[in-house]
Amino acid sequence: MQSMKHDSYPDAYILGILRSVRTIAMVGASAKWNRPSYFAMKYLQEKGYRVIPVNPGQAGREILGEKVYASLADIPEPFQMVDIFRASEAAGEVVEEAIALREEKEIEVVWMQLGVRDEAAAERAEAAGLKVVMNRCPKIEFGRLNAELAWGGFDTQVITARRRKVRLS
Amino acid sequence: MSKRHNYGFETRMIHAGAQPEPLTGARQTPIFQNTSYVFHDADHAASLFNLQTFGFIYSRLTNPTVAVLEERLANLESGRGSTCTSTGHAARLLTFFAFMEPGDHFIASTRLYGGSITQFGKSFRKFDWNVTFVDVDEPEAVRRALTPRTKAIFVESLANPGGVISDLEALAAVAREAGIPLIVDNTLASPWLCRPIEWGADLVVHSTTKFLSGNGTAMGGAVIDSGLFDWTAAGERFRALNEPEPAYHGLTFHETFGDLAFTTHAHAVGLRDLGATMAPLHAFLTLLGTETLALRMERHCENAMKVARFLAEHEEVAWVSYAGLPESPYYHLAQKYLPKGAGSVFTFGLKGGYAAGVRLVEEVNLFSHLANIGDSRSLILHPASTTHRQLSPEQRQAAGAGDDVIRLSIGLETVEDLIDDLQAALERAAVAARRAAE
Repeated sequence: MQSMKHDSYPDAYILGILRSVRTIAMVGASAKWNRPSYFAMKYLQEKGYRVIPVNPGQAGREILGEKVYASLADIPEPFQMVDIFRASEAAGEVVEEAIALREEKEIEVVWMQLGVRDEAAAERAEAAGLKVVMNRCPKIEFGRLNAELAWGGFDTQVITARRRKVRLS
Repeated sequence: MSKRHNYGFETRMIHAGAQPEPLTGARQTPIFQNTSYVFHDADHAASLFNLQTFGFIYSRLTNPTVAVLEERLANLESGRGSTCTSTGHAARLLTFFAFMEPGDHFIASTRLYGGSITQFGKSFRKFDWNVTFVDVDEPEAVRRALTPRTKAIFVESLANPGGVISDLEALAAVAREAGIPLIVDNTLASPWLCRPIEWGADLVVHSTTKFLSGNGTAMGGAVIDSGLFDWTAAGERFRALNEPEPAYHGLTFHETFGDLAFTTHAHAVGLRDLGATMAPLHAFLTLLGTETLALRMERHCENAMKVARFLAEHEEVAWVSYAGLPESPYYHLAQKYLPKGAGSVFTFGLKGGYAAGVRLVEEVNLFSHLANIGDSRSLILHPASTTHRQLSPEQRQAAGAGDDVIRLSIGLETVEDLIDDLQAALERAAVAARRAAE
């Protein structure tokens, strides 16, 4: 696996991840409706992703209709991505867990949220064959690459004269 | 400087924000002449009202055509996001509304557009928002004017109408030291000539009515956020952005939205409550303008330089204040901040004084005598009797709008025609002034 430059990601790299992943384990998911992780989880659910919350303090309860697990190891089914909503200091430990569970849970991607960075952990994950994204939010990236972020007046940095495909039912 | 962009300015002035409309394939941005938007279901409506998802509710807050212009301006100014407003005045009100509380203070340049000086000095005082006007040529004077309640420093990159340029890097350093944002009005320069965020500005405001729309067709304003100011670190002075917002059930904007906080707040709170929204038709007209911005600004600057040189050598002209001329005290700042050209709005003084000035604006034939700038047409104005009329004589002098001053906004006509028109009018005005003196 080629290691990424983590200051800027090509749009195709992020899109590739967002298109291949179906189930996301969200570490640090909050049950409080006005927390950033709750916003991200709700949005990703709306976009068709299954999001499984991981939060030891909420284990056994439900967030947005999904059962909360205490750790990644406790999740009884495969998930392709781990989204880390924890401080940078706590990210390394979660990455180690993801590396250890990579084959068992079919994990392909470790994603650290906006403001979360751990270069050493990223290197270990890449060496173990995982794709890594740091200091980004999957909600913002999904919105950015699908032109929804622009609705709020934001620069998406997407310049194209191609017509985007719209799925019709 | 624009290493963050994958494409050049001219490509982005045409394409940024404006992908083909996906449902119909329409290539030009459609005018969404529409007030409100259908929800998928009750949960979708709740998500929108909670700001949990992207989407449209009501055009007072956001509109698809306006959003295209917002993204384009954010992109061209190297910002994170932008919020369009009904006018440039509304853009300034919306900007200060985001963080000013009664009793707060800010510092502004003495050499602002007269409308800004009146808005800040008179109307803002009704909210107990208190301004100190400072000569920003001296960053030390700005530092001395700081108080514990100072929330921002406001300057123009290229001042209207004086041919004056602010030392953005030096002022950004003062603002950073004080932990407050530097706000730069970039109306006269446009992002083609100067991008204040790349010099350390935190927020940029525009009257889009001027060079951005470029044809004198549509009123509008915008505030562009760099996304770089740390509202949380700035502490309790910036409560609106870093403390729980009761109207959104205790959501804290900066924590939840990060570098999207200011622009989200400006729509969800600012436009919601101030209501100074840009009309979709005006956004469309302004988008048309931005598509040719670089081409127009190049010609505006080329024509302005030729007219300024002509005036500087004219025997009836006392002085010319154009930062593109090597003899201007702001020439070195122009070379640094506006290397592609010093804009097309500048002032000059007539030896015949007030009488000759008033006569000149009546004697020209091609120049339109009106109170606007940044049009494809050349415009002429006597600021002392019009835009700067509400100021005191001292304020007028400080703003570079004394009684003998004529302001020009040089357009895109054949430049020889403009020079011939001024030549003939200057002669007639001089004769009239001499007759009046006899």
